[in-house]
Amino acid sequence: MEKKDFHVIAETGIHARPATLLVQAASKFNADITLAYNDKSVNLKSIMGVMSLGVGQGADVTITAEGADEADAIAAVAETMKKEGLAE
Amino acid sequence: MTKMLKGIAASDGIAAAKAYMLVQPDLSFSETAIDDPEAEISRLNAAVDASKKDLEVIKAKAAENLGEEEAQVFEAHLTILSDPEMLGQISDKIKNDKVNAEAAVKSVTDMFIGMFEAMTDNAYMQERAGDVRDVTKRLLSHLLGVTLPSPALIDEEVVIVAHDLTPSDTAQLDRRYVKGFITDIGGRTSHSAIMSRTLEIPAIVGSGNATAEIKADQTVIIDGINGDALVDPSEAELKEYQQKATDFAAQKAEWARLKNEQSVTADGKQVTLGANIGTPKDVEAANDNGAEAVGLFRSEFLYMDASELPSEDDQFEAYKQAVEGMNGKQVVVRTMDIGGDKELPYLPLPEEQNPFLGYRAIRISLDRQDIFRTQLRALLRASAYGRLAIMFPMIATVKEFKAAKAVFEEEKAKLVADGVQVSDEIEVGMMMEIPAAAMIADKLAKYADFFSIGTNDLIQYSMAADRGNERVSYLYQPYNPSLLRLIKNIIDSSHKEGKWTGMCGEMAGDQIAVPLLAGLGLDEFSMSATSILKTRSLLKKLDTTKMKELADKAVTDCETTEEVVELVHQYID
Repeated sequence: MEKKDFHVIAETGIHARPATLLVQAASKFNADITLAYNDKSVNLKSIMGVMSLGVGQGADVTITAEGADEADAIAAVAETMKKEGLAE
Repeated sequence: MTKMLKGIAASDGIAAAKAYMLVQPDLSFSETAIDDPEAEISRLNAAVDASKKDLEVIKAKAAENLGEEEAQVFEAHLTILSDPEMLGQISDKIKNDKVNAEAAVKSVTDMFIGMFEAMTDNAYMQERAGDVRDVTKRLLSHLLGVTLPSPALIDEEVVIVAHDLTPSDTAQLDRRYVKGFITDIGGRTSHSAIMSRTLEIPAIVGSGNATAEIKADQTVIIDGINGDALVDPSEAELKEYQQKATDFAAQKAEWARLKNEQSVTADGKQVTLGANIGTPKDVEAANDNGAEAVGLFRSEFLYMDASELPSEDDQFEAYKQAVEGMNGKQVVVRTMDIGGDKELPYLPLPEEQNPFLGYRAIRISLDRQDIFRTQLRALLRASAYGRLAIMFPMIATVKEFKAAKAVFEEEKAKLVADGVQVSDEIEVGMMMEIPAAAMIADKLAKYADFFSIGTNDLIQYSMAADRGNERVSYLYQPYNPSLLRLIKNIIDSSHKEGKWTGMCGEMAGDQIAVPLLAGLGLDEFSMSATSILKTRSLLKKLDTTKMKELADKAVTDCETTEEVVELVHQYID
């Protein structure tokens, strides 16, 4: 299992557009990937799940991946977070 | 038997084609018990696949016609359709509850819609409920085997019949296939009408009952010149209209020859004919139609099409693109005109009893100076790339204009201090759309570099009549002597101070109003790009001395709109 913490810096938080990009990035992998925030955890391949968390600026979230390609999955998600200026 | 419908002529031209009903189909169903969940799930999967296919087409068309940014919303819809959680819950429901796919889809999506709508502290997320709703409709339509019409999916020549056309509908219209359209509601200045002129598609709006009177695939003739629609016409009628279409095309060709000519009256007085634009892309149509300026660039699109306040850089790029596109010709940008009937999901404004008399336009800009300053800085930076002018909407008092101008000067000084290149010849003017401002035009003319008369609001505020309200729409009287007197006062006041007056409402391209406005001494007429050449052709026939006499009589002698119209006919026929 791979795990990584992020601190959301984007002014608008994880809204539809960035959420779509994260979901698309996650969906490329076989590993089960989850996004945890405020004691709630959702499937990162589910746009509805991600949006339902209502992650705003300043939030601390954890992404977990479990599966054969878990390391690559975490790297790809981190890359999207960085490229879109979402989190650090 | 031919059926005849009457509406408001929104966009010139004649079209005849099969009717395409852009109306919401009946998506009602009843929940039934099923005994083969696997079959039901494959029915669901087929509907999901078909919906995705639709959306791919719509997305491609939106990207082509509007740009990648606009297509994003359909990308979001596609992502929703691929959502493993949502699809998983729907499948589970079919399996566990043994209900039909329709019921399972509705129950699961309703849950998500409710969840988004409950995020009352986040207007943006609440809006996402709309996305889920759109996707649900598409899924249900495929499950029920009914067609959910989408303009983007049209691939043969049609006339669109709709209750109304929304911006997202018009965005998907393909001019190769959509020959004309007719709507139940709307007026000459509604979104659908303005778009029909921008796209140069013959159109009739406000027909009342087109969606009830016309059936799918019936042949419909749209006469966008007179506002008549013929349903199921006879051979003879089709022939007659083909002739009319040919004649109209010939006249258009004649107008087209005026494209590179100046706008001068019969006695040699020169005026400026400008175009009203909504996005930098409209500059192309303005140039194609021989515009000598952009008299109104509505900056709202930057705010309306976004999910957050547009950044200074994004705005700068848009303004720069417009001034560069006009190649040295003046572009008048109106600062943010939000409020009234235009709302921003990410900038919630308190609900008001009278939004048109409330917190809108410059009133917001002066209050929320962070937003205003960002826009002014973007405009100032863009001024280095062409001939840019700025005007403030909804100015009512001298104090407001001075306050807005002061903010402009402050931002200009800051940019200059930072070494940013800024034009020194930016004209800063104001919209004339509030009667109180029109009455003190002489005072305002000391401070404003120019006036631009916004006729829709000026008429609505003068008559105290909402133009969207059918019961009082008879008060929408652009030629009423009362309005002409206000216009005369505005123009005369500006000239006394050596300033100029333009008009950027629909009235500027109205063939009855043009002779009156020419007589009143209007300097710039700004209109839908497609009205420019027609107006240039009309102006060539007018003599300013005679038109001045006409305008004087209309202002002093006439009592009613009807008398004014009658008088104009006497003078120009």
